[in-house]
Amino acid sequence: MNRTTRYIKAILLTGAVAAALVTCVAFAGPLGLPPVPVPADNPITPEKVKLGDKLFHDQRFSTTGEVSCSTCHDKDKGFTDQLPVSEGIRKLKGTRNAPTVINATYLETQFWDGREPSLESQSAQPFLNPVEMGLENHGPILKIVRTDPEYVDLFKKAFGKSGDQVTMVEVQQALATFQRTLIAGNSPFDRYYFGGDKKALSPAAVRGLEIFVGQGRCVSCHVIEQTQALFTDNRFHMIGVAAHQMPKDLDELSAAVEDVKKKGTDIAVLSNTKTSSLGRYAVTRDLTDIGAFKTSTLRNIDLTAPYMHDGSLKTLKEVVQFYNNGGRLKESDPLPDLLSGGIRPLNLTEEQEADLVEFMKALTSPEFARK
Amino acid sequence: MNLNRRTFIKTTGAALMATALPMSLVKVAFGSQSPSQDFTFGYISDAHIQLIKGTKFVRNWDMGLIRSVQEANLLTPRPDFFMFGGDLAQLGMKEELDHGLEIMSKLRGKVHYVIGEHDYYLDLGEYWQSKIGPLWYSFDHKGVHFVVLNSILTYDRWTHKKWESPMARMLAMARLDNPEGSPFMVGEQQLGWLKKDLGKVNQVTPVVVFSHSPIQKIYKGWNFWTEDAEKVQALLKPFKKVTVIYGHVHQIQYNQIGNITFQAVMATAWPWPYPQSYTQVASRLPKLTVPMNRADPFFERDATGWQFIDVRKGNVDMHYQLPDNKNRSVGFNTKTGYPQDAKHQVSGSRIPPQTHY
Repeated sequence: MNRTTRYIKAILLTGAVAAALVTCVAFAGPLGLPPVPVPADNPITPEKVKLGDKLFHDQRFSTTGEVSCSTCHDKDKGFTDQLPVSEGIRKLKGTRNAPTVINATYLETQFWDGREPSLESQSAQPFLNPVEMGLENHGPILKIVRTDPEYVDLFKKAFGKSGDQVTMVEVQQALATFQRTLIAGNSPFDRYYFGGDKKALSPAAVRGLEIFVGQGRCVSCHVIEQTQALFTDNRFHMIGVAAHQMPKDLDELSAAVEDVKKKGTDIAVLSNTKTSSLGRYAVTRDLTDIGAFKTSTLRNIDLTAPYMHDGSLKTLKEVVQFYNNGGRLKESDPLPDLLSGGIRPLNLTEEQEADLVEFMKALTSPEFARK
Repeated sequence: MNLNRRTFIKTTGAALMATALPMSLVKVAFGSQSPSQDFTFGYISDAHIQLIKGTKFVRNWDMGLIRSVQEANLLTPRPDFFMFGGDLAQLGMKEELDHGLEIMSKLRGKVHYVIGEHDYYLDLGEYWQSKIGPLWYSFDHKGVHFVVLNSILTYDRWTHKKWESPMARMLAMARLDNPEGSPFMVGEQQLGWLKKDLGKVNQVTPVVVFSHSPIQKIYKGWNFWTEDAEKVQALLKPFKKVTVIYGHVHQIQYNQIGNITFQAVMATAWPWPYPQSYTQVASRLPKLTVPMNRADPFFERDATGWQFIDVRKGNVDMHYQLPDNKNRSVGFNTKTGYPQDAKHQVSGSRIPPQTHY
């Protein structure tokens, strides 16, 4: 049994005990992370985790029988697919880069545009997206989980339910519960910053940290706090990515909004790059949010290239160059009109850029570190 | 006055509910007896475009104006026209005015301009007049009489004293708390014109006045002030519905003096805090209800913005577009006869002010 599994077992035990006592529990997180928030109506139990794990990896919930959640959120790839944008059934491409599931439980909203508030509600959508798993409705899933003997047993143990009592609510709760155990801290940075181990970071990474919280201004959105670091502010920013795809005028904006209204956000944004480029605006229709996407965590970022909501930046080096040029890869590229006020040129030297990359490489948790 | 949100919305109408969603900007019909007086216009102000040298301008101020122009272009239905509220330039230079006008040229729609002191005191409005037009004028739109004033004039003896250079004069006027400064005013010549202009207007016609400085006295040290404000107010007194909209203060302010409603607009460049006089000495401004929250220094657009305005039966509802912050609306409450904040008017729901150190 490796450290992670032991750890998960431990928190499960704590969680289960605590769940029996209070209505909303939060169990302690690993070094550098806060307690894991657990919804009162969906406590973590080992049975539910086991069920969620199975559902997460089951390819039968797609029209072709070839795609599961884990297709795009692959454990061996830092729970991403390491593709610019994800490929669903029949290699159909969406418009967005698969975010890692590791530590997703800490996020206040799910999806790049934050259109869902929880892991529970998020998990229902990919099944039905034509470029992901392609189902017409959730019927085929329910049919399998109500009849497959293994699932019948697992649902009975996890929820005490069987037959028609098993609905998408339980499926989603189990999936969310499994993901809630995918938490990882304890990176070299955590051991250095929170654990007091001054040797945990290389000198270059230490210099990178200084730039991260200083001249680079990274920390303003990728938050580090006194006792924990989620590396996200849970907010949405228009940082200049895919600016050339954004609606150029009112007509194009209106067309994109109509697209969202007609097809629903999930399907509309994954089927059209122009609609996708609306970002948070597709959800809020607030002008501040045009082209704004959620701040990603930087934990385990070294494992999850390429980067940004459209996977348009190939390496961490490119990401740093992009920010250093104030929201563009090349200094000669045009700046978008609606660029967030937080994004501006950083005047970093090449050495400083390299140090920043070294720092980000020190955010990998040991259980995911490349062997 | 105890006014909860519900009654407020009821009395001010549904327009304030439209929290600036460009795709659902409420068409202001309201079944009024004078539907021709219901329309919207956009207002951009205080861009302070600043030349560094050569062709290099301060990026922050450029981005503020560029953003508001682009956002305004995405409003639907289209506003009938736009206002620019003054201080297009930082130090009145041709390069700054040209660069600012170039950015403004991307705005889709007719624009009327108000001059600010930062546009004026280098060449006393010469380049402005050659490029943009007169410094004071009036126009009518859908039954509303609009007046544009040049309220940033001052005593001739100050303007025409022996300056080292025109730029020295410009810098002196741009400086806050300048003991050698001079208060803004409209001046006798313009007051004479205003009297004549208003003399032709029926007193039931709604009047909207645009000025750069407040036509009310708030804080002299920063020229949140117009020396002859009372004289302008007196000329506006006979009219039933009067609104004065001003820039210069870079913050949300609203007020009611007699029949006149005052509304300030945001800057696209940077925010000003409330003048310290607000807490140190008795304010002469009857109501300053909701202090702006302090800007987040990381987000350089925070506490800046622009606005679109609903004119309903001659009353003005102001919708502040505040990037990286929560949009706000201040509308005229026809029941109380005061402008009121849609969300924060009730004391319990205000944004507490932060201490300035």
